[in-house]
Amino acid sequence: MLSAILAITLLAAAFGLLLGYASIRFRVEGDPVMEKIDALLPQTQCGQCGYPGCRPYAEAIARGEVDINRCAPGGDNTVVALADLLGLDPKPLEVEEQGPMVALIDEDTCIGCTLCIQACPVDAIVGAAKHMHTVIELECTGCKLCVPPCPVECIDMIPVEEDLANWKWPFPETPPKSEAADRVSTSTG
Amino acid sequence: MTNHTPQLWRFHGGLHLAPNKAQSTHAPIASMPLPTRLIIPLQQHIGTSAEVGVEIGAHVLKGQVIGRAVGYVSAPIHAPSSGTVVEIAERPIPHPSGMSATCIVIDTDGRDEWTPVQACPDYQSLDPSALRNRIREAGIVGLGGAGFPAFIKLNPASAHGVDTLILNGAECEPYIACDDMLMRERADAIVRGAQIMRHALLAKRCLIGIEDNKPEAFAALAQAIRQCSDTGIEIVPVPTIYPAGGEKQLIKVLTGKEVPSGGLPLEIGVICHNVATAVAVDAALNQGRPLLSRVVTVAGAGVRTPCNLDVLVGTPVSAVIAACGGYTDDAKRLIMGGPMMGFTLDNDAVPIVKTSNCILVAAAAEAPDPPPALPCIRCGACAEVCPALLLPQQLYWHSRAKEFDKVQDYRLFDCIECGCCAYVCPSHIPLVQYYRYAKTEIWAQERDKRKADLARQRHEFRLQRQQRDKAERDARMQQKKAALNSGGNQDARQKAAIQAALQRVKEKQLGAANAPEARPDRSKDEEHPTGPVDPSQSR
Repeated sequence: MLSAILAITLLAAAFGLLLGYASIRFRVEGDPVMEKIDALLPQTQCGQCGYPGCRPYAEAIARGEVDINRCAPGGDNTVVALADLLGLDPKPLEVEEQGPMVALIDEDTCIGCTLCIQACPVDAIVGAAKHMHTVIELECTGCKLCVPPCPVECIDMIPVEEDLANWKWPFPETPPKSEAADRVSTSTG
Repeated sequence: MTNHTPQLWRFHGGLHLAPNKAQSTHAPIASMPLPTRLIIPLQQHIGTSAEVGVEIGAHVLKGQVIGRAVGYVSAPIHAPSSGTVVEIAERPIPHPSGMSATCIVIDTDGRDEWTPVQACPDYQSLDPSALRNRIREAGIVGLGGAGFPAFIKLNPASAHGVDTLILNGAECEPYIACDDMLMRERADAIVRGAQIMRHALLAKRCLIGIEDNKPEAFAALAQAIRQCSDTGIEIVPVPTIYPAGGEKQLIKVLTGKEVPSGGLPLEIGVICHNVATAVAVDAALNQGRPLLSRVVTVAGAGVRTPCNLDVLVGTPVSAVIAACGGYTDDAKRLIMGGPMMGFTLDNDAVPIVKTSNCILVAAAAEAPDPPPALPCIRCGACAEVCPALLLPQQLYWHSRAKEFDKVQDYRLFDCIECGCCAYVCPSHIPLVQYYRYAKTEIWAQERDKRKADLARQRHEFRLQRQQRDKAERDARMQQKKAALNSGGNQDARQKAAIQAALQRVKEKQLGAANAPEARPDRSKDEEHPTGPVDPSQSR
């Protein structure tokens, strides 16, 4: 009896020490789930989800405060990927999906107020006070955050056109499943 | 040429297809009248598009560079004939998307006048890199269909070196006969090109693989090799099985080696070039001529006289068809490439490019509309014929379900899109279309990922910068505040200074009041104070 209690106590103490040591030795900095969520988000930093950027939204998802279907630039693909990662059911997108866009400054109208430069979350606009500004197209995420601050409304959002470099083969027409099933059932039945 | 029959291997699967080649091989390679207008796309190769190197209105000579190569994986573009550049604009190009791309349009002047060229017949004296550079400057790309810049594949820089150079003369796809005719008629040039390539690669041997349904081509090449008595080049007849002309399949048949998944033939010491590329290399070195034309097969029941033509790059397809007697009433579909791997052209205004090996004008019977696809019954016929040893039905399921990670687990990117699986599918499922869809979708996702990573990095940097700016601003404010707080001392100093100034003024006034008493006669002088200045004033 005594030896059993002793053995269990010793084992408990040993495992307690082991776990304690492991939690210090193999401590993980940051929130790995949040990092994984952040990696799936498109990083447009547009704020359409209601959070001031992709990382805050990822943090909110990781805390379970918000649904995974609020990323408009990511679209359904992102919802599916997030659902896959978090083991949730994919939901239809809460906001309208938008195709890739890029900002374009009408350089004749621009007065050089620098307000759009301050608004751009990825520093994709170059220019100086009272000098014309321009958008670095390759770095623009199409977040639209530069549009409202512009006092002369010289920024347009242009949908990214398909060219040879980003052309994709279309999805083949889906086999007419029900029809085929009908035919098979009639021929066998 | 050796007489022993070399050992051959067999690749998995494949199909026996009706060759349909005889319809265009009845006559020798014909040349066609000089077209009045040439449309030359800047991108005719894999890699970075060339950049415009000529202005509108300029007169160009045949062989003059009109598009400069940009970066390493690129190729220059030359004027195929002399004439005037009339336009540099977006024109439809031969591409499955039917899209347009930048083209240089030249109105030919009919003189076909050459720019001065410099031949270099003594290629053996050339440094290998200089040799490659000549091939690069000649704009030579793989003429078998992929269009990869040829000079890159002539660089022997590898850990093991190049053991075998393979010239691909298999030409396994039905209807296409341009390489067959080239081997029959220009065997000498192929052998000379093979010697140059072998020299550039320092390859131990060169094998020319030809399907055994081309005895005339075999005989012509054998004759050419006998004449130059080069023992390093060997012709090997390979069994006629589609797709024996696939690079990996031909390597397997000739050497028994398999190219590793996702790898390159160079990793197993093999380099594979098309026979037409060898002819272009020969012309580039021995005549100094860049790649301006290629042999194109025009075939199918939709064209009056199927034949093989030597066509200038940039010639509109319509002109090529016209040179073959025009369309018949049966013409239904225009296909660039063969019936297995080609793609449909929407209109015949698109030009012939360096990689166009065949124009197939199919009649309704040759290219029937595919019957509606039925569900996959898991019969496994596709897996039996797959030359890449894949599981096409699994690739299909996962592509259809858009499970792009799983489809890559089944080695989607080893698929050569030969079309064998779709050909045998009893449910008529357009399998290759699913694979192409999945491939381009995966590339798009990778592009998006790279873009997202860049955006994340820039956004994080911006946040960091904002924090740093704020910290700096705060620090400055702190400094100012500190200075204000220690203001007690400063006030005292200022007060002392004011006090001192007042003191001086008082002393001066006192001095001024005493002076008239002491020296009354100097009252006049006071109007012109030239005397010694009061030291307190000078301060």
